[in-house]
Amino acid sequence: MKLSAGPVLYYWSEHKLREFYQQMANLPVDIVYLGETVCPKRREILPEQWVELGRQLAASGKEVVLSTLTLLECRADLAQVKKMVDNGEFLVEANDMAGVQLLIDHKLPIITGPAVNIYNHETLQLLHCKGLVRWVMPVELGRDSLASIVRRADLGDAVQTEVFASGRIPLAYSARCYTARAYNLPKDNCQLKCLEHPGGMVMENQQDQELFVLNGIQTMSGYEYNLIHELDTMRRIGVDVVRISPEPEGFAQRVEALRRALDGEPPAAQALLASDQCDGYWFGRPGMERCHAQQEVSAC
Amino acid sequence: MLRAAVDAGADAVYIGLKDATNARHFAGLNFNDRQARQSIAYARDRKVKVFMAINTYAQPDTMHRWHRAVDLSQELGVDAVIAADIGVLAYAANKYPQLNLHLSVQGSATSVKALEFYANEFGVRRAVLPRVLSLPQVKQLAANSPIDLEVFGFGSLCIMAEGRCFLSSYVTGESPNTFGACSPASAVRWEETDSGRESYLNGVLIDRFAADEKAGYPTLCKGRFRANGEQFHVLEEPTSLNTLQLIPELDKAGIVAVKIEGRQRSPAYVSRVVKVWREALQDYRRTQSAFTVKRDWMDALGSVSEGAQTTLGAYSKPWQ
Repeated sequence: MKLSAGPVLYYWSEHKLREFYQQMANLPVDIVYLGETVCPKRREILPEQWVELGRQLAASGKEVVLSTLTLLECRADLAQVKKMVDNGEFLVEANDMAGVQLLIDHKLPIITGPAVNIYNHETLQLLHCKGLVRWVMPVELGRDSLASIVRRADLGDAVQTEVFASGRIPLAYSARCYTARAYNLPKDNCQLKCLEHPGGMVMENQQDQELFVLNGIQTMSGYEYNLIHELDTMRRIGVDVVRISPEPEGFAQRVEALRRALDGEPPAAQALLASDQCDGYWFGRPGMERCHAQQEVSAC
Repeated sequence: MLRAAVDAGADAVYIGLKDATNARHFAGLNFNDRQARQSIAYARDRKVKVFMAINTYAQPDTMHRWHRAVDLSQELGVDAVIAADIGVLAYAANKYPQLNLHLSVQGSATSVKALEFYANEFGVRRAVLPRVLSLPQVKQLAANSPIDLEVFGFGSLCIMAEGRCFLSSYVTGESPNTFGACSPASAVRWEETDSGRESYLNGVLIDRFAADEKAGYPTLCKGRFRANGEQFHVLEEPTSLNTLQLIPELDKAGIVAVKIEGRQRSPAYVSRVVKVWREALQDYRRTQSAFTVKRDWMDALGSVSEGAQTTLGAYSKPWQ
């Protein structure tokens, strides 16, 4: 199985992004997804600059994929996706059916991100006929659904399967910007407040439980997903790529830990999931649950 | 319920089957085969159309249920099937090329290109837009759309792009996509405590109400939480969508239908809301540019709204 770094979901400064990808060149990830997928106002790095950054990463041996906006609200958003699709060099990940259609128009290979709803083998088969070469499983699905989809689709090596396995889970997209709202600002004058929250803004309930993390128009899980214990199961199912979603802290350590686990070293030091991590979705349970920590996963 | 909508003047009514194949999977709702037949006959006799909602995402091991729902729709002769799942749309389009297909709001299509996909691949003729576009964006899309568009006019306010919201499954394990339910009633628990009445969803505190406050249903996105050092309705207040005042603009934009949410409600609610909308639409037809929203319409709708407040939601830029 290969290891991928998903697109940065947060709003980071250009400096932070460039530093991050400089470090990436030396990390043991195989595939790097580049681009803005959440908010069209985040323009620290423009589409053509992402392509340039892609060239640098490709030169250091990474497979580069350009990733695109998830929620398209106007023609300018669509134009931004089109620009990425038209890059002429790299594969493109569509996070919306508009991106899928643009790739079909250009007869280009299609990669779908986790926000494209592929919930069954018949959907997977149809998109394969349209040019799908890799799909990322929707985050709310788990191992049993995945095994069934892959087995029933019976596409062999024609379509690669990728699983979002580490980092805060993208859970929802809205017309409303929750970060701006928390500052009592309208979205049109958000003052780019997300820049001040490189790991998003925590939203707790009245019992201090970190329920969600607000990332502009995106709502993320309060706990970080961690499927490092499930790599063997993924391999058995036929998963080809394991995705780590960038977080502002500890990214290199997580990459290295996952790489060691992929190389067969048992994750002994992490017998249990940390209290701020979750893995429920993978076990067909509420996403926020911690199942690996349970004696009997099946009873979790 | 269906009769209430038909009698009050709806042009079309959505129905769903009694299983997880539609996005209103709640006890006491929806139809078995026999009820569906009777209801369709009732609507037909009154020249009202019936649309079958098969708009959840099909699970691989039970796809036959979604197929069966499509088969049954064809057999019943519904006026359209409304679906979101690509596999379900493909099945319907291949097996019944004459079957009229609509794209559900759960399909989350917000751009010309996304609409094109469903039109090209499955011959979809109408799409319901997610509640994420502002009025100018709706107009722009309608001006360029390859297919007819329907928008939400009145009812609950989903604040996330439909078909792409997993908040409910993150907390309860059941989502609109997989199970046809959001913040399901089976996960709700109420507790009276010294600090007030507390609402929980699968053990997670959603809100806490003082004695003089009206306690709303614990929909995940409408609780009071803390963010940026403040406690407030971080995502959204308990409000309902009400777009009566947009009727002229929506009509001029070429929107073919407005959708009223009704299936989780009482027949009295449905009857009242549909009557107001029917009256407003007729009034608009008569008065055109002189159309104004009447106070008693707003009062009637306000009295049945969640939290007794209504909003234009994403149609209005300041809401965003």
